Formats: sequence, C-alpha cells, structure tokens
Amino acid sequence: MAEQNALKRNVLSAQVDLSKFNFDDSVFEKATDEEKKQQDVMSESTTFFKDGMKKLMKNPLAVGSIIVLIIVMSVIIVAPHIVPYSYSQIISVNGKRDKTAKNLKPFEYSENELEYIAEGGEVFPHIMGTDAQCRDYFIRVVYGTRVSLAVGLFASILVLIIGLLYGSISGYMGGKVDLIMQRIVDIIYSLPDMLVIILLSVVLNETLGEKLEGTSFQSLGVNMISLFIVYGLLYWVSMSRLVRGQILTIKNNEYVLAAKATGAKSGRIIAKHIIPNCISVIIISTALQIPSAIFTESYLSFIGLGVQAPMPSLGSLANTAREGLQSYPYKLIFPAVVICLIVLSLNLLGDGLRDAFDPKLKK
Amino acid sequence: MSSEYLIEVEDLKQYFPIKTGFFKTTPLKAVDGVTFNIKPGETLGLVGESGCGKTTVGRTLLRLYEPTSGTVKFNGEEITAKNMAEHRKNMQMVFQDPYSSLNPRMTVEDIIGEPLDVHKMYSNKNERREKILALMELVGLNAEHATRYAHEFSGGQRQRIGIARALAVKPQFIVCDEAVSALDVSIQAQVINMFEDLQAKLGVAYLFIAHDLLVVRHISNRIAVMYLGKVVEIGDADEVYEHPIHPYTESLLSAVPIPDPIQAKQSQRIVLSGDVPSPMNMPTGCAFRTRCRFATDKCAEVCPTLTDKGGGHMVACHNR
Repeated sequence: MAEQNALKRNVLSAQVDLSKFNFDDSVFEKATDEEKKQQDVMSESTTFFKDGMKKLMKNPLAVGSIIVLIIVMSVIIVAPHIVPYSYSQIISVNGKRDKTAKNLKPFEYSENELEYIAEGGEVFPHIMGTDAQCRDYFIRVVYGTRVSLAVGLFASILVLIIGLLYGSISGYMGGKVDLIMQRIVDIIYSLPDMLVIILLSVVLNETLGEKLEGTSFQSLGVNMISLFIVYGLLYWVSMSRLVRGQILTIKNNEYVLAAKATGAKSGRIIAKHIIPNCISVIIISTALQIPSAIFTESYLSFIGLGVQAPMPSLGSLANTAREGLQSYPYKLIFPAVVICLIVLSLNLLGDGLRDAFDPKLKK
Repeated sequence: MSSEYLIEVEDLKQYFPIKTGFFKTTPLKAVDGVTFNIKPGETLGLVGESGCGKTTVGRTLLRLYEPTSGTVKFNGEEITAKNMAEHRKNMQMVFQDPYSSLNPRMTVEDIIGEPLDVHKMYSNKNERREKILALMELVGLNAEHATRYAHEFSGGQRQRIGIARALAVKPQFIVCDEAVSALDVSIQAQVINMFEDLQAKLGVAYLFIAHDLLVVRHISNRIAVMYLGKVVEIGDADEVYEHPIHPYTESLLSAVPIPDPIQAKQSQRIVLSGDVPSPMNMPTGCAFRTRCRFATDKCAEVCPTLTDKGGGHMVACHNR
C-alpha cells in the first residue's frame, strides 16, 4: 500500500509522505490524566435566561434603574403604613380641622400644629408640605405614583395580551387571514388616539357614570376606564405587528418544520417553539410600553381627562400645581421628578433588557 | 393491505403558486410527476443539482406540503391529509441544517422527547427519560448531554440529536434531507456509518437526498436522478454509476472528482452548456433538451417517460 502511494505521488506535491517516518511510542508523549480532564471540562450549561440576566447585571445603567425602581416601589408600598395621613384627608390637629395648614412648605408645621407640639403632642412632619386643601402632599404623591404605575402596568398587560393573541394568529395563519387582519391594524393605526379617548370618556360618562356609583370602579373614574378601553382598542397594534413579524421569521425555521414532521399540532408548535423564541422581544417591548402608558396617563390627567378627584395621579397633581406655580414651585417639582424617575428608569431598563436578550445584538 | 413496497410514490406533483402580476399567479413546478418505490430496509438515493426538487419530494412525502396531485402509499395504504397523523409515527425526517433544525430554547432531552410527547409514547416521566437516554446512546451521545442546549454542541453532535429525534418514534422510513451535507468530511463518515448501523439494527428504509454523489453511491441500494422536478433515471446504485444511460446522469457523474490525478486526467468531463431552465417556464417536451447533446425534434414535442432498459434500470430519454 505504501509503495503504491509513493508511486502515485506527484513530484511537486507538498503532502508529507508518512511512509518515510517510522512512528513508535517514543515519538508521541502520552497525555496525562490531568490533560485528559482538561479536554472534558466544558463551561457550565447556561440557559438563555441566565445568560441574559448575567449580561443585564453587567450594565450599570440597567442595574441603576432597577435599584431606583425598587426604591420607588418600596416607598409606595411602605409609606402609606407609616405616614398617618390619607390622600383625601384634610389635616386635623387634636380632632379639629386645621385650616392654617394650607400650602405648607416641606417640613413646615402649621400654627395649630406648632401649638400642639408645644403642648407636648406629636405631629408627623409634612415631608413635601401640604396642598391648597390642607392635605399632606407627600402621601398624595405616593398615591399618585401608585395610580400611575398601576395604570402603566395594567395598560401594558392589556396591550401585551391583545397584541400577542392578534399578532400570533395573524403571523401563524398567514395568507388571506393575515392580509385581512393587517388591514384592520392599518385602519386602527390611522385613528387619532386623543380624539378617541376624549369622545369615549364623554360617551362613557353619560352611559356608565351612574352605574359605576358604589362599585370599586368609582374611585378610578370613568376617564380611567375609557383610557383602558382605548388602550385595549388602539394601542395594541404596534405590539401585534411586532409579534407578527417575529412569528413570520420564526415559523420558517427548520425546527418548526421538524416539529410538524413529528406530528405536533399548531397549538403545541406556537406554545413550545414559536413563543419561547420571541418571548425576549415581547418582554422588552412590554417593558418599554409601561413608561409610554404612564406618560399617556399623566398627560391625560394633566389636561383633565385622568383619574377622578380626590384620587391623585402624578399628572393631575402636576396639573393642580400649575395654578400656584409662582408661589409654590415645589408642588410641580415633586410629581414631575417622580414621573421622570419612573419613566427614565423603565426606559433604561427596557434598553438594558434589549441589549442583554436580543440575540442579534450579541457581541 | 401490505405490499412488496414500503413506500410507493405515484405521479407526485407539487406546484407552488408564484405571484407574477397583480392578480396573476404562475405555478412553479417544483416536482412534476415523480414515481418511485422503496422497499422495507432499502436506501434510495436521490440526487440532482440544486433546485431540482429533491427536498420538495422529501417534504411532500411527509405531507409537510400538501401535494398538488399524485399519491403516496405507505405499506399499500394511501396516505391522505386525514390519516397522516397516524403515519407520522412511521415516517420521519432528518434535516439538512443541524443548526436551524434544533430549537435553541429546548434542552436535548426535550428535543428528542418531543415526538414521544406528541404521540404520548410513555406512561410516566421515568419511562420518558429512559427512552430518551436509550436513544442518545444509540446515536452515540453521552447521558450527561441531556440537559444541555443545542448551541453547546458541534455540528456532528447536533446532527446526531436530529437523528435521535427522528428515531424516537421507531419509524420504518426516514427521509434524510441532505443530512450530511452540512458536516465536514470526517464527521460525514461517522454519521453515514451510523445511518448504516441503524439500518442494520432497526431495519429502517431511507430516502437519502444528497448532492454528494460518492456519499450517495456508498449508502444507497438504488439511485434516482432528478432534473427539474422529474426523475430522469432510476436503478441499482452500481448499475447507474457504472453504466449511466441518460445524458444528464452521464454529465453529472463525469463531474464527480476522482481522488487520483492520473485517472482524473484520463477521464473526460461532459460539460453542460447553458443554465437550468426556470421551473416556472419549463421547456416543452423533455425538460433536459435545452442542454442535451443528443436533442432532436422529437424531444421538443414529446415528454419521454421512464422505460425499463433492463434489470429495473429505468431511463426517461428518447435517444438512448
């Protein structure tokens, strides 16, 4: 065999003629057990989620915004239990209404309160002062933050559910179904959202206003309900387009075909193969949806279409603060700063999530 | 109802509608009347150049596409869209690209276990795990790989995962759609040997789609050559390789590199002129006539059918 090979070899061939070497054990060094072990050790099995979280934790902006959000959350959860005032309560000293506690500065006490303190009583300080109706401003800001965050969260979840369902059906079915569903999306896209909110709140006020009395929806107010309805009607379209686009790309992957070949049904394919592969994009866009919902709520409250008084929201607080802006500028600053903090940190967190989880941005 | 053949394909056609205008669609004839049979435990190699419809034949066989017309019989029973669900257990597929055919969000255990889940082939979790580990051992994967994700494996290992998935339901027939094309040569050899071992052990039949002619010759009992959606020649592997009759097969085989420079110099390459015609605008008569050395007027008028040239060697050509 060796001779045959030698005969066939081209003179100019650079191939090493192995037959000229004689290999015995002295040429090779046997690998030690330790060296063999080195070959075995592989990196720890990581899931996609763990990998993403690791990257997220390395992003200082994202970590910072998580910390800010945790602080804000714990304040709005804990503060109402510590501060002895409620958001609609007019400050009273010794059981008597304190009319002097109007428009106090932060950490300032009213005349009656000072008297009471001098007599040996204890008064919880007004951390952010009081408003024109003698209500503690700090607790109002805390409740306003609660309302704004809750609205943002629920509106985003609403958008997520509707958008996910609509988008996945449209993307997975394809063909004519997709065509019709996308034209509906196009129509909804072209509706002016503010106009719809205003019209809806007027209509709902007429029809729902009385029925709501006495139910838990009353404190929310008709305006808030119309805001949710508008989110449910209009704002899901961008989410549904995103989901559809994701599904269109994923459904052409061979592993989806492989699942079909094993006999998996559509439901299983969507749940096991398609959704897990686009879930990161969906989570990210939901995280980015929350600040935009908070913003919309604040904006609507600011123009007087938001929550029902006396329930505060950050936007309505900013709106009322507008009146005494020159004398009491801090009343605008507090809610505005909180809105900025929440929106900024949620946006930064969303960006961080995208950087960490989007496989296309992998370095 | 059983017959001599495991798989009988008759006049299978698969047209895809392509939009050519605002309201106009032109059919793209990906597979245009293909007929062949596969016996139990046999390997049929399917070769042809890119875009000739090999993959489509494989996928249409498994009803991943609904065929335009034609029948596929499994064990003598015709497969329809309705009873395909039961037949999924008997027919499986190994995909070309080991990178995109495994879900990146699933562990190896879940990937291999998916067919078991779908067909509910276990009574409890332990049984499922045992079955999966047995399959992994069968294809040469370690048990500790079960909890890993597909991206942690090399191409050859991934292809083994894909093969284990196909074997999970104990099929009698597997379509290997370019199953080794994406692998490098040494891994190809391993995987091909594995295919042969499995055939000897489990008696599965393969439809082995590939464009590497030497690989196909090595593994196949019989070979079908496709050109533009039609089978132009079919016969025993050695017979087709030693005595190709159809001019397309001749030129295809002459393009196989010979690993010996002296022999390679002596052999003559039959180079085809021109490009493959578009499957949307096929030539009349014989599809190959535009590039054929022997084309006559008859070729432009009558489409040749497969005729037996002796010993089951079927060729579709007027002139040979």
